[in-house]
Amino acid sequence: MVDQEKIAELEQIARRVRCDIIYALVHAQSGHPGGSLSATDFSVALYFHTLKHLAHTCTWEGRDRVIFSKGHVTPLIFSLLAEAGYLEREELKTFRKYGSRLQGHPNLECPGIEVGTGSLGQGLSIGVGLALGLRLDGKPNRVYCIMGDGENQEGSTWEAIMSAGHFKLDNLCVVLDNNGLQIDGWVEDVMGLQPLADKWRSFRWNVIEIDGHNMAECVQAFDRAALAKGQPTVILAKTVKGKGVSFMENRAEWHGKAPKPDEARQALQELACPAEYFDF
Amino acid sequence: MTATEPQLDGTEIKWKPTRDGYGDALVEMGALDERIVVLGADLSDSTRALWFWKKYPERFFEFGIAEQNMLNAAAGLSLAGKIPWVSTYGVFVAGRAWDQIRTTTCYSKLNVKIAGAHGGISVGPDGATHQALEDVATMRVLPNMVVIVPCDYYETKKAVIWACKYVGPVYVRFGREPVPMVTGPEDPFEMGKANLVHDGKDLTIINNGPILYECMKAVQALKAKGISARLLNMHTVKPIDREAIAAAARETGAIVTVEEHQVQAGFGSAVAEVVVQTHAVPMRFIGIQDRFGESGNPDELFKEFGLTAADIVRAAEQVLEAKSRS
Repeated sequence: MVDQEKIAELEQIARRVRCDIIYALVHAQSGHPGGSLSATDFSVALYFHTLKHLAHTCTWEGRDRVIFSKGHVTPLIFSLLAEAGYLEREELKTFRKYGSRLQGHPNLECPGIEVGTGSLGQGLSIGVGLALGLRLDGKPNRVYCIMGDGENQEGSTWEAIMSAGHFKLDNLCVVLDNNGLQIDGWVEDVMGLQPLADKWRSFRWNVIEIDGHNMAECVQAFDRAALAKGQPTVILAKTVKGKGVSFMENRAEWHGKAPKPDEARQALQELACPAEYFDF
Repeated sequence: MTATEPQLDGTEIKWKPTRDGYGDALVEMGALDERIVVLGADLSDSTRALWFWKKYPERFFEFGIAEQNMLNAAAGLSLAGKIPWVSTYGVFVAGRAWDQIRTTTCYSKLNVKIAGAHGGISVGPDGATHQALEDVATMRVLPNMVVIVPCDYYETKKAVIWACKYVGPVYVRFGREPVPMVTGPEDPFEMGKANLVHDGKDLTIINNGPILYECMKAVQALKAKGISARLLNMHTVKPIDREAIAAAARETGAIVTVEEHQVQAGFGSAVAEVVVQTHAVPMRFIGIQDRFGESGNPDELFKEFGLTAADIVRAAEQVLEAKSRS
């Protein structure tokens, strides 16, 4: 059973992270809100419940590894790292600006980033190699890979899925942010992927389907994934693109567009963010 | 090509494929460093990765015919502290998996070693699809990448051993066919430094890769015509030996580059980039002239594509004429 108090705490963190996402975006005046907001809840469950990591020793050998294959969700990634103590929240104001460690897509300049990503369809393959390497050394570290659903259209993603199943990498866990939208519209219209769960299952993966905005389900899914033996796990998280901001929800045009200051104010109000977020 | 041929000084010279140098170096280094792992994509015999696989099966990973995944899995293995060698044909790695090499390995400067086999037209009967003629160009354009094209068995072995100890991305290219072993086990190998094979004053021939023996024959033929050619063997395309190139331009006043690769954007272009910025002199480029390869035996193809000693001599005479007019 998951502790109700812990769930409530995680939900509070998720709310703060969403505030930070809007905050970083309004300061940058570019970036990707839609997929950041859809992936927030399970990412918070991962970072603040499941993951073994030390913010102040980000090269600690015992850490679990996280790879954001959907590298464009830097508003989320940097907000998570700020919340976890890798960054000062103040630094979010430099996001996407010249000279900042917080690039449009993540790179090694930023503490807590394992590898630069951004070209979709690449992250899971990196995860496969990491999981193989850690297993070869008999290490208990786990590897988590956050993917978008659209990048399941990349052929190399299926090469990676096939190999993880083949190698029986039970130290590897994917969370698939199944918000159903990509830049050009609904995933099913752009290039249909369904039945997605069956596809992964047929490639020898353990599939866990959850509501990606139900914190208790997110936490339980990671716990269950860690118990799987002899196969990798994909958590298929049904989510809403732009979750938490009414005018962004389920709207493809908010994939890669920052809110203008008045839109950001409305978003921050809807998220009940504290006063210090309104300094722009 | 024959298995043995009299050396220019009359002694017997042995022939061996450069890929054998890769296979032997991996087995040797595998014993010394447990972090070394090897990845293959269904071509392990042909790339000689099989030799490592047989010896250290737990450190070999077969990825099947899926090069893009293999390249990034190597990146992941490097993040786990391993020293991964990716083995497949040059076309399938430097072409097909280029974005993976660029955006994952090179951008994050990961410790991934890439072995591009079957480089050049000497691949022979397999024809154009399998003859890597663009790999040096696509690899050398990438920031953080080191690109080495060794000339023979021992140089390949030394390059691979060097790359195992260096931290960062390296592309090593080798060929399929036996080539003359013109260097010995004790000859120096310094990454980024050219070796002087023969000194001369009228022009410099700068070689890249296993075509070195043709250059050596050309130097002898030129000597017979009263022309004194310097011959540099430049195994490292990137970082290139600027000093040796600038000195060659300054001291001999004419340069011919020789490579088994497209001359556009390849080794010759890399040399030219230095020449025009240091001491501009006339140049000629021996290499593939904007064509795809074709099936045939290496001797026939070298003639068809203008890669023989006679072609190098002709280019040397042309560049000397340009030098005399300039």
